[in-house]
Amino acid sequence: MSNKSLVTATINGEDKEFLCEPRQSLLEVLRDVLYLTGTKEGCNDGNCGACSVIVDGVLLDSCCMLAVEAEGSSIETIEGLATGTELHPLQRAFLEETGLQCGICTPGFLMAAKALLDKTPKPDEQQVRHWLAGNLCRCTGYDKLVRSVLKAVEA
Amino acid sequence: MSDASPKNGFNVVGTSPIRPDGLDKVTGRAQFADDFHLPNMLHGKILRSPHAHARIVSIDTSAAEALPGVRAVVTGADFPAVRHELLNLGTAGVLNIREMSENCMAKDKVLYDGHAVAAVAADNPHDAELAMNLIKVEYELLPPVMNVRAAMADDAPVVHENFHPGGFIAPTEKYLPNASRVQLGNGDPEQGFAEADLVLEREYTAETIHQGYIESHVTTVTWDSNDYVTVWTATQGQFALRDHLADIIQVPISNINVVPLEIGGGFGGKERLYIDPVAAFLSKKSQCPVKIAMRRDEVFRATGPSSGTFIKLKFGVKRDGTLTAAHLHMAYEAGAYAGGPLFLGIMSATSRYNIPNIHIDGFDVIVNKPTMRPYRAPGAPQALFAVEQMIDELAHELGMDPIDFRMQNLMRTGDRLVPGFPLAPIDTEKMMETVKAHPHYQAPLEGANRGRGLAYSIWFNIGEISSARMQVNPDGSVTLATASPDLSGTRISLAMQAAEALGIDVEQVSPTVSDTQSIGFSLPSVGSRTTYSTGAIVCEVAQEILKQMCERAALLWETDAADVSVEHGVFSNKTEPGQSITFNELAARMFETGGPISHHRTGHTQSFIPGTAVHLVDVEVDPDTGKVDILRYTIFQDVGKAVHPDYVEGQMQGAAVQGIGMALNEEYFYDDEGRLKNASLLDYRLPTSLDVPMLETVVLETPNPAHPFGVRGCGEISIAPPPAAIANAIHDAVGVRLNSMPMAPHKVCAAVNAAKPAKAA
Ligand code: FES
Ligand code: FES
Repeated sequence: MSNKSLVTATINGEDKEFLCEPRQSLLEVLRDVLYLTGTKEGCNDGNCGACSVIVDGVLLDSCCMLAVEAEGSSIETIEGLATGTELHPLQRAFLEETGLQCGICTPGFLMAAKALLDKTPKPDEQQVRHWLAGNLCRCTGYDKLVRSVLKAVEA
Repeated sequence: MSDASPKNGFNVVGTSPIRPDGLDKVTGRAQFADDFHLPNMLHGKILRSPHAHARIVSIDTSAAEALPGVRAVVTGADFPAVRHELLNLGTAGVLNIREMSENCMAKDKVLYDGHAVAAVAADNPHDAELAMNLIKVEYELLPPVMNVRAAMADDAPVVHENFHPGGFIAPTEKYLPNASRVQLGNGDPEQGFAEADLVLEREYTAETIHQGYIESHVTTVTWDSNDYVTVWTATQGQFALRDHLADIIQVPISNINVVPLEIGGGFGGKERLYIDPVAAFLSKKSQCPVKIAMRRDEVFRATGPSSGTFIKLKFGVKRDGTLTAAHLHMAYEAGAYAGGPLFLGIMSATSRYNIPNIHIDGFDVIVNKPTMRPYRAPGAPQALFAVEQMIDELAHELGMDPIDFRMQNLMRTGDRLVPGFPLAPIDTEKMMETVKAHPHYQAPLEGANRGRGLAYSIWFNIGEISSARMQVNPDGSVTLATASPDLSGTRISLAMQAAEALGIDVEQVSPTVSDTQSIGFSLPSVGSRTTYSTGAIVCEVAQEILKQMCERAALLWETDAADVSVEHGVFSNKTEPGQSITFNELAARMFETGGPISHHRTGHTQSFIPGTAVHLVDVEVDPDTGKVDILRYTIFQDVGKAVHPDYVEGQMQGAAVQGIGMALNEEYFYDDEGRLKNASLLDYRLPTSLDVPMLETVVLETPNPAHPFGVRGCGEISIAPPPAAIANAIHDAVGVRLNSMPMAPHKVCAAVNAAKPAKAA
């Protein structure tokens, strides 16, 4: 217990305090301390994007950030993407366009796509493909996934 | 398209409703294996061998056990000797329980880099990892064998002093110290080659690859003091896992409950257990629940993969384009233990063209790599990479259109397959005609270093055993349970079949995947069997439900059940025109008419249902760097009946991109000592969204007579054609044939350079 730090951060708009060890990644704390298990682990070394979250407006792999570094930051995770029961247009589009199969990569892709749309509200196909290249999906072959993002752009 | 269906006027089948499990998956609420937590849960970590082949001299766990927070340590000594070594599975072959147990935890020898040797459970994963690293293992190193040709060489190191040959449908026989063999054939190849005007001989190789699911293997196990064992995990087959676990940990099967959680991809690689027995023994020792989550490098080093191969072909053809003879030498890696995908590779290689004189010499070869596991159409991409390039080369040499050449030798319904049984009904000719007439095939392809290629595949659905339970509720809703884990949206495709058969809306059906205590036995979600085979059983259960409901209506109307008919969810009295009751109204009256309405069935369906696919691809090759870009890609596939067309297309596209990855860049790199050098998603590079264009799909629907709606399984086949189609396109673009997979830039570059002087001369 002695080596734990108290970290204060805003998570999905709510102020949160949590205790964590210096060796714990933000991903581990989100999942195993705060039980926000919507953020997934695919590799734990920055190569799959399943753990994508947005920290102070920047998309990053939460497995590559230490939780203690989150002090004072504002973190957005998949659990905060919908507003109450109102789905984000990206979430609706993923459902309607079958942008997921197994769904393990889905939270990461949704957060990555949200970060894109936050900055570039009307991306074209190439911009979407380029931006999402940091996230791996082994099921869809990306066609319907990219179409889902483009559909959300239209919405 | 629905004209091709056995029954026109579908209401639900052929539409694309939103899947019921989708909401949880886009909001992060879906519970995958690693999202599962229990109070007092410990975390297990597995120490793995850094050597490809070694004898274990000693294991010292004392320092690990002394570390604070460590609750249990297990090694091979904790795994009991198996009660019976071989389990006969009929046509599915023989299962070696001892080898399966030793694959989970080595006893005397380690057989590959990553083979488990010890495990620790501690209060948190970090302490478990620290403790794991304190375990001292002394090894006596042995020379490894790392590919099929080395393993079959005269002086090859021997991996097992003794082994039982693997077998699947056609049994293999022990042939060499590291290999078993199966020979199949037909006609007189010598005579056939004598009749040929052109005979080509070629060699093809493929490297070991991995299924690459994004979710690692994760399991949580409790073993209580009454010897009841519960497993929460992501698996393609909860019953296979249960039965194999019972054999390894030696408790009665009925004491085990396997609860399948959401599964983050499998592709064949999650139908066998690895970590569950380890977690079970850690739980037994610690008397706490134990979770084990593999790291990504463990997934690469110790699970999957799919075989590297060496294939040698000799094909003979007449000038008019008729194939006369073929000889196929096919060697597939089995990995550490016998029983790789050889037979399926043979089926895939030989099930498309009628070759009157054919001989296949197949080898299942033991090497110091992880035990090969199925990967979506197991063995087929490697087989097609060879055969479909050979076919393309023959057509080219004869100056024939590649489709016309295939048409001339095309296997049709009823033609004899190599094992001796006939090809079940399918319209192969229509597939070829569709491709030939398609705008992509007709479009001119211009520009330097651009080329077009195609490849054709037949692949078979497994049927066999599935279970389903249906319960009608008083509000008219229907609860549908099956034993088939949902890898990609099969809950919706099964709910749709239930709704279609019952004549109700799909929203009324709530589909779930049950644990092993709650439903009858089923084979795993493998072999393109869930939507087809489990779907057929769901339809049978729906028929029984309707029969029961007709009896209920008859009771209400005081008539004979035979006088009640049902259509589109409305029951009518045939003897009393105008008297009718809807499904929902009748459900509401179930307690007046005898009580709950439900039915459970475990049934069989037919195997070897064929599906067909052609992939057509345009590429551009950069001759300076060897990089191959995909310009245009069209997937043609006959799916019998597309239940949920969007997810059918998704299967076609997802499989194609896995095949594209295999074709162009995926491979295991081992060093000379047999250590895997690229066990990460950085160095084992899966295709990204930037590597592929949109993928056009053309769905054909030739009904499958073995399914009431004509459905064929569609999940696997489209992984098979891409490597060959791309190889043929590369040849069309730059005039060289790549005979080694993956067709990585350095290989393409070397081939282009090698061809240059010849061209200049
Ligand atoms: S888990 Fe963080 S990038 Fe893969
Ligand atoms: S949907 Fe399975 S990995 Fe993307």
